[in-house]
Amino acid sequence: MWKRDEAVKPTAGPATPSSPAAVSQEVSAVAAPKPPDTRQQIGRDMVNIGKSVVIKGELNGSEDLTVEGHVEGKIELKDHVLTIGPNGKIKAQVFAKAVIVLGEINGNVTASEKVDIRDGGSVDGDIISPRVAIAEGAHFRGSVDMQRKGVAAGMQPQAAQVQQPQAPKPAVAAAAH
Amino acid sequence: MALSDLFNRKRKGDGDADAGPIDAPGHPTKALPKFLSCLANRSQPVLLDLGPVVGSNVTFLGEHLGCKIFVENLFKDIDRHVFEEKIGELPAFFEKRFPQDDASVDGILCWDVFDYLDLRTAYVLAHQLSRILRPGGALLAQFQAAAVQKPGPPTYTRYVVVDPATLQYRPYAAARGQQKVLPNRDIQRMFEPLQVTEQFLLKTNIREVLFRKTASTVAAPPTSAARPE
Repeated sequence: MWKRDEAVKPTAGPATPSSPAAVSQEVSAVAAPKPPDTRQQIGRDMVNIGKSVVIKGELNGSEDLTVEGHVEGKIELKDHVLTIGPNGKIKAQVFAKAVIVLGEINGNVTASEKVDIRDGGSVDGDIISPRVAIAEGAHFRGSVDMQRKGVAAGMQPQAAQVQQPQAPKPAVAAAAH
Repeated sequence: MALSDLFNRKRKGDGDADAGPIDAPGHPTKALPKFLSCLANRSQPVLLDLGPVVGSNVTFLGEHLGCKIFVENLFKDIDRHVFEEKIGELPAFFEKRFPQDDASVDGILCWDVFDYLDLRTAYVLAHQLSRILRPGGALLAQFQAAAVQKPGPPTYTRYVVVDPATLQYRPYAAARGQQKVLPNRDIQRMFEPLQVTEQFLLKTNIREVLFRKTASTVAAPPTSAARPE
C-alpha cells in the first residue's frame, strides 16, 4: 500500500513556486485558490496538478505528469507517463505512453505502452493499449483493446495504436449501475 | 496521505474489491481451452465477458487472443434489480442491455450467470447473446449440475483464469442465490440456433457447455412454444 503511494507522494511534498510552463496547456478555465500549491514542478521531469485545480480544455505535455485535481477535456502526453493520483478525477480522452490510475477516469484511454489501474482506481471508458493491468479492488467498465503478444511483423506498429478516441458507447453507459 | 484519503479510497473500491480469497485452489476446466482455440485463428476477435472484472483475466485473454474485450458485469445488474425490488423487470432490461450489432461478437464468456436467473430471464438473455454472436463464434457457459444447499449467505463466483486449463473459484457476496437447476433440454432450447459442440460434467458439479454459431444459423426470435411464460 505504502509502496504504491510513493509514486504520488511528491504531490504532498513541500510546495515550491511553479516554474514557467513545463506542460503546455490550452486551458479554458482554471480555478486555483492556492497558486503556489496547485501546480508544481517536482524534480526535472515530473509535473503535478494539485487537488484544488480544475482544468477544462486540452492538456498537452512533453514530460511525466501527475494529476490530483480535476481535468475535463483531453490530455495528451504521447511519450510520457500520466499518473492519476488518488484524488484525481478525469473526465477526458487520455493519450499517453503509460497511464497509471489511482483515481478516477471517465473517458477513453489510449496508451502506447501500458495502462495500469491500481487498487482503488476507477476507469469508465474504453482502453486501447498493448498491456493492461487491472488490480483487485479496481473498478473498470468498458472495453479493452490489446495488441496480440508476439505478433509484430504483420501488425501495425504500436504508434499506430494511438488512434482517434472512440465515441463513447451510449448504450453501455446507460447500463451503468 | 491524509486519513480522509484512506477512507475515500476504501469507499471507491467497494464495487469490485470483494474479490474473494486469493489463495483459492485451482480447478480444472475442459471447455476454456476449446473456447480459446475457437478464437485463436481469428484476427483481433471481439470478446464479451459477462462476469465481474478480473484484471488478470483481461490480461490473459488480451495477450493470448489479441482481442478487444468488453466487460459487462451482469451480476451487478442482478444485484441492482434485487436491491430495487425490480427483479421482475430483468427480462425487459436484458432485452435492451446489449448495444452490440447483430453478429458482431466472436466470443462470449457467460461463466455461471444463468444459474442466477429464472427461466424466463435466462431465455431472454440467451436470445440476446445468440443475436450478437458472429457466425463461427463461440459461447462458453457453466451450469450447476445439481442443486446444492450452501450454508451461509448467497454468493457469486469470480472465475480467475490461472492457465488455459485451470480456473480459480473465488466466491463473493451476492444479493441473490442460485436458482433452479436448468435441464439440458432447456439449455439447448434457450440458445437455439446455437449448437452445443462440447459439454463437460466436472467433478466440481459444474456443467461446462461450449456453443458455436455455425455460418448457416441465423438467430430467430424464440417461438412462443419455446419461450417460457
